[in-house]
Amino acid sequence: MSEKMEVQLAVVGGGPAGLAAALTASRLGIGVLLIDENKELGGQLIKQTHKFFGSHRHMASVRGIEIANRLKNDIKGDPNITVFIDTTAVGYYENGELLLYQKSPEEKLVSCFPKAVIFATGARENMLAFPGTDLPGVYGAGAVQTLMNVYGVLPARKILMVGSGNIGLIVSYQLLQAGTEVAAIVEILPRIGGYIVHASKVRRYGVPILTRHTIIEARGKEWVEEAVIARVGEDFKPVKGTERVLEVDAVCLAVGLSPIVELVRHAGVYTPYISELGGLVPWHDDDMRTNLPNVFVAGDLAGIEEATTAMLEGELAALSAAEYFEIKSDEIDGMRRDRKARLEELRASRFSEKVKKGLQKLVAKKPK
Amino acid sequence: MERLKDHPILDFERGEKVIFYFEGKPIEGYTNETIAAALHAAGIKVFSYSPKKKRPRGFFCAVGKCSSCLMVVDGRPNVRTCMEYVRPGIHVRRQRGLEKLKGTEE
Repeated sequence: MSEKMEVQLAVVGGGPAGLAAALTASRLGIGVLLIDENKELGGQLIKQTHKFFGSHRHMASVRGIEIANRLKNDIKGDPNITVFIDTTAVGYYENGELLLYQKSPEEKLVSCFPKAVIFATGARENMLAFPGTDLPGVYGAGAVQTLMNVYGVLPARKILMVGSGNIGLIVSYQLLQAGTEVAAIVEILPRIGGYIVHASKVRRYGVPILTRHTIIEARGKEWVEEAVIARVGEDFKPVKGTERVLEVDAVCLAVGLSPIVELVRHAGVYTPYISELGGLVPWHDDDMRTNLPNVFVAGDLAGIEEATTAMLEGELAALSAAEYFEIKSDEIDGMRRDRKARLEELRASRFSEKVKKGLQKLVAKKPK
Repeated sequence: MERLKDHPILDFERGEKVIFYFEGKPIEGYTNETIAAALHAAGIKVFSYSPKKKRPRGFFCAVGKCSSCLMVVDGRPNVRTCMEYVRPGIHVRRQRGLEKLKGTEE
């Protein structure tokens, strides 16, 4: 049996998008229930030891962990926000019921019928298929960061990094800082995916970044003992005779993320497939409204980007929720314009071309 | 593997040091770390064997989404050990395929 609870706005996910959404909604007088599956709020920010780039207004040169602490402190003192941590939103049904499984302090189900919901459920890591892909020791890049930066456990002695986007480069650098040897970074594309400043940092440690290379096999009896890499041709297929065996005890996959869409799909949100945004993604407009009038989305769920854009999207989603609750003011209109302008500014670099293309495709997919 | 002692940026708040059991053997862990992290620190990488081909499986996503780290904790199968924290005295063992939930035995 489940306990019942009255909720005006539920925010599912306490990462950067969800935290920003909850704080903005609360400031506009909306009662918020913020739900997160982890024991600590902050999402992936709590493992990000690197300093942020981007606009100065948006916490450039501040570390992710510090951003998480600031947001968490603001949430703590906010009387309009109820926080459920260690709680999983397990279902969102056609009748508007959001079902929560609370693990602590007492294991129970909680049922609520929020008048509106902002989903900020984030993303999960992509897998890459190769023989031995399921061996222990093949880790997602986020998992490596969690082990090393949240729990202080060395993930491996010697690792192969697959993917040279910013995540692959930054995690390689953090591994080196922690004392793990990075055998190589392989990148299937002809050029490095991430910022040159991150690439230079790992190169200074003598780590080779091999473009047009990929992993073709992980070998080992019970866990990874070797990884086989090879050069790829124009068709991205491994070229025979270029295989090389690396003695490593782990392989780290930094090959992208996919939005976690199960809950929004429960709700009936339309989720077209847009590869530039990470795969299946909830349809939304530039105010983070979905095809359902009382459901909004933000952050990586709405298309894979990064924490600064996630926070802006969270704020926009909260402004749209306010509109749904018929809360109006000049201040809200001003905030909306400002957040959109900042998003545009952040997406101006060539690294955002893919996302912008994806967002254009999303506009074209507008449901009738 | 090992626990990091000095980190250029981070201080780790590990919590209280406690003993729990892996396949009957005592393991040291901390109350602010997940079972998966504690096992990893103890050098244990194989968390389960897959249902059909009995292949070894370990930790992969660390965010409770991939099902690669499911283990049996205090007799309860399918526990996501990357999300479940260490508690003193718990008994953790490798899961072998799809184990029966308590109370579902015929």
